[in-house]
Order: sequence, then structure tokens, then C-alpha cells
Amino acid sequence: MREQIRQFIINNFLFGESEEGLGDDDSFLEKGILDSTGMLELVAFIEETYEINMEDEELIPENLDSINNLTAFIDRKQGKIQSVAN
Amino acid sequence: MISRMLSVIRYRGPDEQGLLMDGPVGLGHVRLSIIDLSSGHQPMRNEDGSIWITFNGEIFNYIELRHDLRKRGHIFSTQSDTEVILHLYEEYGEQCLQHLNGQFAFAIWDKRSKSLFLARDRIGIRPLFYTKCNGSFYFASEIKSLFATGEIDREIDPLALDQIFTLWFTVPPRTAFRDIRELPPAHYIIVKDGNVTTKAYWDLAFSDELGNVGFDEACERLKELLVDASRLRLRADVPVGAYLSGGLDSSVTTAIIRNFTDAPLQTFSVSFEDGNYDESAYQKEMSSVLGTEHHELRCTYGDICLDFPKVIWHTEKPIIRTAPTPLFMLSKLVRESNFKVVLTGEGADEILGGYDIFKETKIRHFWSRSPDSIFRPLLLKRLYPYLPAFQGQSAAYREAFFNEGLSDPSDLFFSHKPRWQTTAKSKVFFSRELCEEINGAAPENAIGASMPEPFSSWQPFARAQYLETRGLLPGYILSSQGDRVSMAHSIEGRFPFLDHRVVEFCSRLPVHYKMRGLREKHILKETMKPYLPCGITRRTKQPYLAPDSKSFFHDGKSPDYVEELLSEEYIKRCGYFKPRAVGMLVKKCKKGVVIGFKDNMALVGILSTQLLHRQFVEDFKD
Repeated sequence: MREQIRQFIINNFLFGESEEGLGDDDSFLEKGILDSTGMLELVAFIEETYEINMEDEELIPENLDSINNLTAFIDRKQGKIQSVAN
Repeated sequence: MISRMLSVIRYRGPDEQGLLMDGPVGLGHVRLSIIDLSSGHQPMRNEDGSIWITFNGEIFNYIELRHDLRKRGHIFSTQSDTEVILHLYEEYGEQCLQHLNGQFAFAIWDKRSKSLFLARDRIGIRPLFYTKCNGSFYFASEIKSLFATGEIDREIDPLALDQIFTLWFTVPPRTAFRDIRELPPAHYIIVKDGNVTTKAYWDLAFSDELGNVGFDEACERLKELLVDASRLRLRADVPVGAYLSGGLDSSVTTAIIRNFTDAPLQTFSVSFEDGNYDESAYQKEMSSVLGTEHHELRCTYGDICLDFPKVIWHTEKPIIRTAPTPLFMLSKLVRESNFKVVLTGEGADEILGGYDIFKETKIRHFWSRSPDSIFRPLLLKRLYPYLPAFQGQSAAYREAFFNEGLSDPSDLFFSHKPRWQTTAKSKVFFSRELCEEINGAAPENAIGASMPEPFSSWQPFARAQYLETRGLLPGYILSSQGDRVSMAHSIEGRFPFLDHRVVEFCSRLPVHYKMRGLREKHILKETMKPYLPCGITRRTKQPYLAPDSKSFFHDGKSPDYVEELLSEEYIKRCGYFKPRAVGMLVKKCKKGVVIGFKDNMALVGILSTQLLHRQFVEDFKD
């Protein structure tokens, strides 16, 4: 998942140009990678790829602003879905 | 050679052509006849033939000037405004510029002093380019005329690309081409004995001086000035029409014509297939209230894509928005309706604080005084109400964007930092070779060097106004989106808000007259309230925009020229951009999911640069 997200960010927002690489904890905001529509793109990608639904109040940097934040958020959401299913 | 130079810009003046050869000097002219159709031929001479002029544009106060000059003993043989400039120059020399109310670029050959005097209007409505090459000095209204000499290298300037992909325009005298210079607005040049001297003759100065006259009196004075500016701009020996965008400014212009003059009125506007950009409901409302005969041009994605290459032939520089294209199409409709002149509302947003960037500056300045405040940045949500992606995002993202440069409100470019920073992200596509040529030159430094001395002492709102009025207005709005796309179909735009008396008046108004709270163009709305429907004065400003990447990749398909110019092979051959990165951008645009400002600007900027290269560097026939 981590690599899949990293590749999406590099291809879609950096157009393959990531000389220093993109670390797991790098902030997308601080690095200027995401703007308002970028965030919508990212959300669309996450929802489609990981089959989760993101609520408005979940669209915050704590969930979205780095690869680590994203993976943790997706894990939580998927875990929640599974536990509800069980 | 001069005939060749004229033939490539024939559309600027399809009615007549004239030439003068006098020793070392040649003057050429193509004429769009608007005033004194029968005797205003050019180049024109004074009574004894010692002074010759070639002139593009209009002097709106020519009747008053002629009256005054007659009293001083000058004898006129035509009814034209051109002859007025000649006599004014005889009377006042270079100081003649101080007397002109108009939009102009002209060259005067003074045989007595063997000097050439070239001048451009205060705001930069009419273009003027020049170059020195092999001991000769060439000048023209458009760059392609200079290239038609066959003497000048046609090479795109890397620093120009750096500036356009940051500021949206080049800082004069720089142009998109390495060897071509642009005479900055409100400047003149004297060429004498092989020396070229450039001087400024006017500039904007901001103050609160008119705060002491009171708001109501200021409204009254603004109305008088706008009525007079419009009255002068209706002077023509051909019918004059008006553009109607559906916004406040063109509605004001049209309402003034309707309420304060007897001129018959036909209006023209663009509507869009894409509802996100369409303002036709407001256009129809205004046209019906004012009882104008209205013409509408319906614009589709395919239309923009089809005409875009022609637009770049006229802009002669890369652009990062497609918005000039529908206006190129509209001028064609105007021409087909047998009009040569249109009045428009351009300039009001700059001089009266209409754009969101002014609100943005005000809010960011307010926020910067207490950067940890939770409540102050909430005002940011008031910005850009017409952008769904902006409105839908969480506060943290919004604040991160506007936080750019917030820590230093004293920074001279505080107002424009977020915009420039966002646009500059497109430079991720620049090739390594291009970056090496740019070699770290910062566009901010170039624009900084062109600021007047008092700039640093003005408040941020005034500084933002200066940057818009002296930068983007002539560098993009009046050129790529104005003169170049209207003259492409032999249409002359006239702009009452850009009468220098109106501009000077507004620069002396206190900020709160222009923006009350976050209500933009407050004084204009109050002044014109009796003449406009409430729907127009209460409407929040919506900037003129057109679909960008979607125009080229509608339904995932693109025409051959787009495929070819953005192909890996052609990108590599031109050398400005990284082929792989452009490939990824194209793929993303074709997919058409959510394409933001940044990607749209990059796509349009890259495609227009490629078109410029194809048309001017590779395929130009001189």
C-alpha cells in the first residue's frame, strides 16, 4: 500500500520528478505537493483503490498529509469496516 | 522590406497601407479607418514636411486639443486625431505626451533634428516592439513584423519563460523572444545619432488624498469622470458597440452609454457550453434592462481547441490560460456584424480593487497581525466563492496555501506571493537545459527592479493594485486577452475605466472607499446603483475564465496538433520541457478526473510554448 500511494503521489503531483525521493513522513503540505484540487484527487484515488468512503470531517492533515498518515488512516478505516462486518 | 513587415500585420489595418522613405528612415502604416475616413492617410506629414508620423490607436481628446492648437496658430488640413499629434509635437516636443488622452503607439520622424521619437500610452493598451540589429533600429506594433525583416534571430528567451511561468507576463522591456524588446507603457524612446534613450513620462501614485472630500462627493466625481471618459470613447466616424460579460464593469460601461449618451447600442458577449463558465443569464438580463440589440457567441470546448493555435500566433507569447480564445472568436463576430470599435469594462478590477487577490491581501494582512488566531483565517472562506474545489477543502489546506509569505507582511510582494508560488510550480516541467540557461534568475527580482521608489511606502492593498495595474494588466489582460485578439479581426477595444483621469482619481481614493469590509468595488456599486439591476450590483465578482485542459482533451480525445506538439519526440526536439513529465501530465488530463489550477496552467503554458516554437522559430516564413 505504501509504495502504491508513493507512486501515485510521484506520478500525479510530481510528474515523476522527485529527486530527493518522498519519505514516509514527508508532509505534502510543507513540501507544497498538494493544493485544493490535489487533495480531491488524492481522496478520489484512496476511495477507489481501497474501497473506503471518506467523510468531510476526515479530510484533515492528520489523515492525509503524509504517506504514514494515509496508511494509518486507511488501516483504521478498513479495520473498522471489517470489525463492523464481523 | 517595410512592405513585408506590413503585410504580416495587415489585419491591424485592412483599410489602407502607406509608406514613407526618407534617407535613412522608413515608416510604414496599415490603417483601420475610424476617424476622418477620407483624409486621415498615414504616414502623415506636417505643413512643411519636416515632421512625419505613423500612429496606431486613438487620441480621444483630439477635438479639444485641435481647438487649443488652432488658437496658438496651427493650421490643420484634416479632421484626424493623427494630425493633432503632429502639431502638438511641434508645439511641445516630447512634452506633447502630457496632453494626450488616449491609447496609442506612434513614431515621429523629426527631419530637423534627425531624431525618431517613439511613444506608448500610459497604461499599455497599444503595443510597441523594437530591436537593434546590424546597426539598424526596427520597430513595429507586433513582433512578427520585426521577424519579417529577415534580419532578426527568432529564439525564445529562457528568462521570459521563467517569468511567464511565475508572473503570467514578461517584465518589459523583456518579451518572449531574446532579441526583441517592448517599450514599457508610459515610456518613450528617442533614437538619435545611433543612440537609443528610453524615458518614463507618467506613473501611478497611490494616496488617501480624496478621503477628505467625503464618500458621496467621491461617488459624484467618479460618475462625472466615467461619463466623460465614455463620451470621449464614443467618438468615431463608424458605429461603436459594447461587450457585455454579465459582470459589473461592462454593465457599468453599457449603462453609461445608454443613460448619458444618444449613441445607438449593440452589445456582444460570449456564452459557454460548459455551465461552470457561462454567464449568459446575467448578460441577457442586462441587455434586456438596457434594451440593446444583443449578439451572443456560444463557445464549445472544440471551438477553443480549434482556434488556440491562431490565438498564439497573435499573442506572440506563451499563455497559461485559454481565456483569450473565446475573445478572439468574439471579435470575429463583432467584425462580421460590421463593427470596428467596442467599449469594454477592462481596468475596473485593477483600479477599484475588484479581484479576489485584493480581498486575499486584506485578509492575509489582518491574519498576519495575529498569526495564531483561530478566527482570523476563517475569513479565507469568503474568497473564491465560484471555485467548488476551493470551497470544499478543509480549513487546514486553505490556510496552508495562503500562509505563503504570511510571516513577513512587510515583504514588497506580500499580496502576490501565493499566486506566484502556485504558478511557479509549473516549472517542475522545465528541462534541465532550460533551467541551466535561467541559472537561478528570479522573476521577483526583475519585477522588483521595475517598481517606483514610493512603492515600498504604500500599504499592501495599494502595492497589490500597482502590481496588477502595471504588470498583469498590460502584460496579459490588455495584450494577450485584449489588443492582440481583437486586432486579429480588425476590432479596436476602448476602455473608459482606463482613461488616465479615472485611473489617477481612483489611485487617490482611500482603500475603504474601494473595498468596504470585503465588498469589492464598493464606490462603483454605490455610484451606479440607480442605473443597474440589483442582481448585477449585488453579484459577487466572478472572474472571466474559460475551460482549460478540458478544451484539448474533451472526452479523453485530442486533435492531431495537440498530440504532435505534446509528443515525447517534439517536446525533446524543442528542448524546453521534460518529455516524461509532460507525458504524465497529458495522461492525467486525458483521464480528466479532477484537474486543478496548477495542472491546467502547466498544460496550457506548455502547449502554447510549443505552438510559439512551431510558428515563430521553426516554421516562420520571412
